[in-house]
Amino acid sequence: MFKKILIANRGEIAVRVLRACHEMGIAAAVVYSDVDRASLHVRKADEAYPLGAAAASESYLNIPKILDVARRSGAEAIHPGYGFLSENATFAQACADAGVKFIGPTAAAMQAMGSKTRARQTMEKAGIPFVPGTSRGVDSLDEAEQVAARIGYPVMLKAAAGGGGKGMRLVHASGELKSSLEAARSEAERSFGDSEVYIEKAIVNPRHIEVQVLADEHGNTVYLGERECSLQRRHQKVLEEAPSPIVDDDMRRRMGEVAVRVAKAAAYTNAGTVEFLVDRNKSFYFLEMNTRLQVEHPVTELITGLDLVHLQIRIAAGEKLPFTQDGVRLRGHAIECRIYAEDPDNNYFPSPGKITLLLGPSGPGVRIDSGMYEGWTVPIDYDPLLAKLIGYGADREQAIAHLTRALNEYFVGGIKTNIPLFRRILRDPDFRAARLDTGFLDRLLKRNEANPADSRSAEVAAIAAAMFAALGSATAGSSAADESRAASNSDSNWKSASRREAQR
Amino acid sequence: MLYDVTIDGKRFRLDLNRANGRWSCLIDGREIEVDAVLARPDVLSLRIGNLAYEVKSERVANEFHVWVGSARFAAEVRDPRSLRGRARSGDDRAPRKIVAPMPGKVVRLLVREGDQVEAGAGVAVVEAMKMQNEIKSPKRGTVQRILVGESAAVNAGDVLAIVE
Repeated sequence: MFKKILIANRGEIAVRVLRACHEMGIAAAVVYSDVDRASLHVRKADEAYPLGAAAASESYLNIPKILDVARRSGAEAIHPGYGFLSENATFAQACADAGVKFIGPTAAAMQAMGSKTRARQTMEKAGIPFVPGTSRGVDSLDEAEQVAARIGYPVMLKAAAGGGGKGMRLVHASGELKSSLEAARSEAERSFGDSEVYIEKAIVNPRHIEVQVLADEHGNTVYLGERECSLQRRHQKVLEEAPSPIVDDDMRRRMGEVAVRVAKAAAYTNAGTVEFLVDRNKSFYFLEMNTRLQVEHPVTELITGLDLVHLQIRIAAGEKLPFTQDGVRLRGHAIECRIYAEDPDNNYFPSPGKITLLLGPSGPGVRIDSGMYEGWTVPIDYDPLLAKLIGYGADREQAIAHLTRALNEYFVGGIKTNIPLFRRILRDPDFRAARLDTGFLDRLLKRNEANPADSRSAEVAAIAAAMFAALGSATAGSSAADESRAASNSDSNWKSASRREAQR
Repeated sequence: MLYDVTIDGKRFRLDLNRANGRWSCLIDGREIEVDAVLARPDVLSLRIGNLAYEVKSERVANEFHVWVGSARFAAEVRDPRSLRGRARSGDDRAPRKIVAPMPGKVVRLLVREGDQVEAGAGVAVVEAMKMQNEIKSPKRGTVQRILVGESAAVNAGDVLAIVE
């Protein structure tokens, strides 16, 4: 087993991996950028190495700097977390070349999954179900009409070189096909210098369900059930749960076996996730493979009883999986809320700043993976994910009850968070009935749910506000002083401004 | 002690006094039985009659919020004796400071000094965490001063501009 691991990440995931290292008796070295000196992962680490400026290219994405730290620290392995360098094949290869074990798949497996067309070819050979359509660009309107008629409307036109929604058109009926095809082609040409457009069946408001896989370096691959990730905002996951409320044992086995085939086709090792789109008839289609530990891995841990980071480290150290597929048992239900520093009352804009008060939930059925602490200033430079709050219980209803109660205990003062959004989601009748799809959150947010506080609470607030003033709560006193200082500063600005004006 | 308290725009007048470890409380002239313990800074355990509440206070820049459970209230507390002069600040004709609601970088100024702006019109764009946030004017008026330049780093509460 490794004696020292370098964690090339920050925030809650760096803390999560660090904890696993300490549980396994492994020393944890971390890296940090200038604005992260006071971060939790640095506080908890055994060794900490500065990388430099806040910009990711100067710090957490800088391969030479990180490999230099690996060499200086004597770490035998690097855990990349998620994001940053976690899915960077060049980095995985550079680690291998430097003789440091990358805790994740090989560069070759990453490359097989990274390119859209190559992934599709590999998967076609392995007989993996895709969204029906063409695997090459369509040459003429005639051909497009034939394909669309065969797979059935609505269809999606997609730029072969595409990404980010550019060169994409949803076509509801054959009458719209000609103009949409022309528009998609010219947009693809303008955006990517390549007008190739292919056709896929459009799956309207699908579910997004993914399967966790784990593969050791001795040819053993298992699936660890699925996660329902349909609650998204701007293609960013907000809440995930396991198991999916619509997946039964048979569907789980079929999806799991496909996921294992995907992993094996790419000679995949370590932890990975195979993502599927699921339509209304519960048909599932391969979307892509994420070649890293996912943000939402805790929900799988809670229903399998496994520690995925421990297993990642063991696999990287060359150990065999300590169980077979038959040994994987799912139990209970878990739901994760991603706590972001963003303002629900201001279109979910980021809300960095100083955390003046932090009250964390505790008690039964609650897990918190957090990277924040009271007094810490959330930097403006990175992703706004602060923490993950996970509720679990014997079934979905109990998990929701634990989570709802925990959300009411959770208080983050000084910055805005999306905690109120989760209260809304958890009491929504469609959510409770598990009627979920990728359009759920947009529909919920469109309904402007006014939540008028009762006059009784307003009176309580009035008494409390006066009481805080009467008791001269330490912070209240100091911020009152700050305020008067700020006021006098701007007063003097005003005075000097008016003096200047008087002199004109 | 007398306090003028505004909660989400609604005014209350409180008279709070402590004698022999017990509070007496009049709210708009009505007597209420209150008991309070400051559990830690910013956290108050409040009893009104036998109903118990955990109340949190939150100050960011020049905003003061009181949380009763998970409901948030915008609060303003004035001691009518010492702060009489500040009542004018509520006057809509008075100049208003436009402050950065969060730390970030000013990426664009949308107005110049002397410009006329409507209430809700964008004044500056501040970027934080890779997102751009338009800071709006709270009132209709003239941009009297702009206190930051483009690409300046700002903290929450920093004054960006003054609209008169």
